[in-house]
Amino acid sequence: MNKHLVALLVAGLAAGGAFAQANDTLAKVKSAGKIVMGVRESSAPLSYTLGDGKFVGYHVELCERIVKALAPAAKIEYTPVTSANRIPLVQNGTVDIECGSTTNNAARQKDVSFAFTTYVTEVRTAVKVASGIKSIAQLNGKSVATTTGTTSVALLRRHERANGVDFKEVYGKDHADSFLLLESGRADAFVMDDNILAGLIASSKSPKDFAIVGETLNVEPIAIMVRKDDAIKKAVDDQIVSMIKSGDLEKLYNKWFMTPIPPKNTSVNLPMGEVLKGLLKTPSDKPAEDFNAKK
Amino acid sequence: MSLEWQVLCLDTLDKEPVKGCFGSGQEQTYLDWLLQAWGQTVIVAGAALVVALIVGALIGTLRTLPGNPVIARLGNAWVELFRNIPLLVQIFLWYHVLPVLFPLFAQMPKLALVILGLGLFTSARIAEQVRAGIQALPRGQRYAGMAMGFTTPQCYRYVLLPMAFRIIIPPLTSESMNIFKNSSVAFAVSVTELTFFAQQAGEETSRGVEIYMAVTALYILSAFAINRIMAYIEKRARVPGFVATTGGGGH
Repeated sequence: MNKHLVALLVAGLAAGGAFAQANDTLAKVKSAGKIVMGVRESSAPLSYTLGDGKFVGYHVELCERIVKALAPAAKIEYTPVTSANRIPLVQNGTVDIECGSTTNNAARQKDVSFAFTTYVTEVRTAVKVASGIKSIAQLNGKSVATTTGTTSVALLRRHERANGVDFKEVYGKDHADSFLLLESGRADAFVMDDNILAGLIASSKSPKDFAIVGETLNVEPIAIMVRKDDAIKKAVDDQIVSMIKSGDLEKLYNKWFMTPIPPKNTSVNLPMGEVLKGLLKTPSDKPAEDFNAKK
Repeated sequence: MSLEWQVLCLDTLDKEPVKGCFGSGQEQTYLDWLLQAWGQTVIVAGAALVVALIVGALIGTLRTLPGNPVIARLGNAWVELFRNIPLLVQIFLWYHVLPVLFPLFAQMPKLALVILGLGLFTSARIAEQVRAGIQALPRGQRYAGMAMGFTTPQCYRYVLLPMAFRIIIPPLTSESMNIFKNSSVAFAVSVTELTFFAQQAGEETSRGVEIYMAVTALYILSAFAINRIMAYIEKRARVPGFVATTGGGGH
């Protein structure tokens, strides 16, 4: 066979396959009788594991309810994803709906679609109460911890360059590690998403010794992620809107953020922020860039 | 999947392409950052290698001293201590635990702690090779030294060690290359070296494949440079007729 013909055929098949997959997640789910849900292992309280292949959390339960409404017969298959592989897995069809803690931003919107924002995290600063630090400006020349592979690293860099302050950054390899840096006094502050900070403080040895202080460095809308240009986005959005209207979404929020949750039965104790309250009134899938004016 | 090498030329803040790929003044591109991270890797690995060679040679020699079982046993204990604990755990111990137990370590720069951790871990392995090298020498060599009236230090300095070190150059080469690769654990304790860069820049740019390929190339380049340097030393230090350098057999 002619070489060009083969190339054309292969390209055509690939494209055809991609299109068939891209537009019809719901049809695929119904015909296969199962849906693959991407979940996180340690993004409490949004999406985390209790061990034994059990996954729970605010976004996990939200997705379970949405799936139940859209395809009641489908069996849910949970697949753990990481920050690094979640987007490729959604793109290539391994994961049908990702219910983790993914920030909706403009760069990612080129590759995937996001449902209406269902959680908003604000990047803030955790310090030891005894340190007396109250604002970011007081951190000039101090060591500031954050976690490798998160958006906070770039955020600190931007803040440094824009305001001419100097942080001594220290990086933990995961959130628990970064918190250890703060706890052991290696770092004077820990800059991270407020829900993560609240979770870490709640489960620390003496939660009273830590406080979340200072201005909000960044606002990040967190949303359920699905394939781009896929009918499932509209269906998920509709479900979210109806849950907002019925008050179920707020109940769900309070369940995971305001009352004790497994495995330690402690409460994250993080009331709904103003930005999210506003978003529940006017649901949107705007990217993070729209929330943070360019400095 | 198409590769976009342009990603290295982007500014690290606004993600705009920078002319010439290198930032000026306040600007910093991912390429600048990559090279900076490479520098950190070279510093950590290079300094740790110096520590490892000095301590390793010393401990390895002590373990072969005649008529002094206490010192030899101390040397053995050293080797077993550092060889039986995983490297990552050792790095954590140096970084998180020792400063709490001993105030002296709390005052040290954290980079020095990582260098000590990596260096002493490797020193145990080098000590083992040095001991093997010395014990591989025919007994007659030591006796010859004694017959010449050499003291023990002289015997080691002029007879045993020069030959032993030549014998162990090949495993030392591996060890020197290993230290470069092992230095990647330093990212776990906040050293901004290549692996740290790969994780962070990969996340920021969502071009993980290109970033990891660039980082891998630099690791290979660094390890191979060490390999060539050691090969050169091996060739220059060779004693004709001694040690089966060519593999051509027989006595």
